[in-house]
Amino acid sequence: MITIEGLTKRYGKTAVVRDFDLDIEQGESVALWGPNGAGKTTVVRCILGLVNYEGSITVQGLDARSRGKAVRAGMGYVPQELSFYDDMRVVDLLDYSASLRGIGQERVDEVTETVGLQPHVEKRVRELSGGLKQRLGIASALLPDPPILLLDEPTSNLDAKARDAAIGILEDLRAAGRTLIVTSHHIEEVGMLVDRVVAMEEGKITVECSPSDLAEELGLRAWMHLILSNGSAAKALQVLQGKGFEAKMNSRGVLVEVSAQGKGEAVGALHEAGVDIKDLEVWR
Amino acid sequence: MTTTTAPTPPVVSERPEFRLIRAVARKEISEAVKSKWFWLWALAFAGLAAILASSALPGSQVAGFGSFGRTAASLVALAQIIIPLMGLTLGAYSLAGQKESGALRFLLSHPISRTEAFWGTYLGLAAALFATVIGGFGLAGIITASQGGGADALSFVRIAILSWLLAISMLGVGMLISTFTKSGSAAIGVAVFAWLGLAFLGDLGVMGTAVATNMPVSALFLSAVLNPVEAFRLAALTAFSGSLDVLGPAGQYAVDTFADSLDWMLFVVVSAWVALPAAAAWWRFSHGGDV
Repeated sequence: MITIEGLTKRYGKTAVVRDFDLDIEQGESVALWGPNGAGKTTVVRCILGLVNYEGSITVQGLDARSRGKAVRAGMGYVPQELSFYDDMRVVDLLDYSASLRGIGQERVDEVTETVGLQPHVEKRVRELSGGLKQRLGIASALLPDPPILLLDEPTSNLDAKARDAAIGILEDLRAAGRTLIVTSHHIEEVGMLVDRVVAMEEGKITVECSPSDLAEELGLRAWMHLILSNGSAAKALQVLQGKGFEAKMNSRGVLVEVSAQGKGEAVGALHEAGVDIKDLEVWR
Repeated sequence: MTTTTAPTPPVVSERPEFRLIRAVARKEISEAVKSKWFWLWALAFAGLAAILASSALPGSQVAGFGSFGRTAASLVALAQIIIPLMGLTLGAYSLAGQKESGALRFLLSHPISRTEAFWGTYLGLAAALFATVIGGFGLAGIITASQGGGADALSFVRIAILSWLLAISMLGVGMLISTFTKSGSAAIGVAVFAWLGLAFLGDLGVMGTAVATNMPVSALFLSAVLNPVEAFRLAALTAFSGSLDVLGPAGQYAVDTFADSLDWMLFVVVSAWVALPAAAAWWRFSHGGDV
C-alpha cells in the first residue's frame, strides 16, 4: 500500500533521513519510533509531499511526488498539535477541511459524532483542551473516510484521560481496517496500536520488529502491584514464580515484574489459578 | 466506526481546480474580516480619507486644483503611503505566518496543490484589500458628493481602482517576501523595510541621483516609473488632472513623449507591477521550499 525506497531528506548538508526503505501493507499499523530528531516526522512529511526529498514514495500505486493531490486524497493527517486557526469555530474548521475535499455537511456531522466533538462544535479552537484539539485533528483527518491515516505523535501533549480517549478512537480505526502510520517516542503508549515498530535513530532504521519484541529488547519493564483478597497472596506468589515471573510480597499484596506487553500474561495466570485480584496498579 | 473495510480513495485530478482556489480564498476573506489588523487598516484608511475629503472641499481653486482635484490629490498622497504598507504587510505575513504556525502544513496535507493554495490565498487577500480600499474611497466619495464636489466621479473611480491595483501589486511583493522568510515577524520586518524603500527612499534616491548626476529627464522619468508607488502616483495624477505638468520637466517630458497614450502606459506599468511580483511569488512557492 505504501512503498518507500531510498528516501533521503537533507536540510542543507545535514541528512535527517538517510536511505530509508519501508513497505506497509493495506490494513497494517506501523509505528515510527525513536527519540526527538530521529527523522520520523520528516518521513511523514515526505509521504505528504510537504518537503522535497530524494528517493521514491508510492502510495496505492501512485507516485507521491507527481500525484500528490491524488495521494493525499486517500490519506488523513493528524498533526502533533492544532496550534493554528485559533479564532475559528470547530465547525468552521471542519467545514473548511471538508470544502477542500469536496465533502458535504452530512459527513462533517457524522465525524463529529464519531469522535465525540458534537458538544464542542460551536467553540473556538483556542477554547479546546489538548485532548479535544487532538480529537479535532482526528475528525478532520477522518472526513474523507481515508484508507490511510498518518498520525504525528498522537498521544504527546495529552493527559492520561485524553490519551486513553485518543487511543480508544485509534484502536477502533485500526479494527476498521485503516492503515495507520503513527510516530511516537513513547512506545509503551502506541505499542498496543501497532503491528510493527520501525525504530529510527539519526534518520536511519535501526530495528523493525513487533512492539513486544522491541519492549523486550529495550528492557522496558514495570512493576505491577496486585491487591488481592485476604489470604491469597501466598498462592499468587507461588503461581507467578511458577510461571517464571519475578515476584515478591509487600504489605498490601504482591509485586510482580512484567514486560511492557506482559501484564496480561501475569493477570491471566492468576485468574486461571482462581486468585481474586481486587485491584492493580503499574509502577514504572 | 462507520466502516469495516478500507475504502478506495476518490479519483483526483492534478490540474488546478477553481473550487479549491475559491475555498481557500473564502477562508482568507473570513479570517481577514475577523482580524483586528484588517479593521485597523480599514478604519484608519477610511477615517483619514473622510477627514481629507471634509477638509479639502470648503476652499476652491488652490495650487491649480479645484475642490474635487484637491480631494483627489489628498487621497492619492494618503494612498501612496498607507496602501503599500497594507499590501506589503498583509502579503508578507500570509504564507510565512501560516508556515510558522503549522497552518500551511495542515492546508497542504489536503488534496490541494501549492498553486491552488497560493492563488486562493492571493485572491482572498486581494478581495479583502478591495473592500478596504473601496470602503475608504467610497466614504470619501460620499462626503465629496454630499458637499457638491462630485463633478468628476469617473476620475475618482479610476483613482480608486488604481489604488486597489497598487494594493495588490504590494500584496504580490509582500507574498514574494513571504516565500523567502520562515517566520511571520521576519517577513513583516522585511516588508516594512521594503515599504520605506518604495514609499520614501526610492523617490529621494531618484531625486538625489538626478541632482548629483545631471540625469537626463527621460532617465529621470523612467527611473521614477520603475518604482510602483511612483508609477501609481503618476497614473493617479494623470487620471484626475489629465497631465503631469505639475511635476515639472519630468512630467512635461512624459506628456510630450507619450501624449495621449500616457495614461495607458502608466496603467500598463502599474498592472505589470501587479502581475510580475505575484507570478514570481507563485513560482517560488510552487517550486519547492519545505513547509
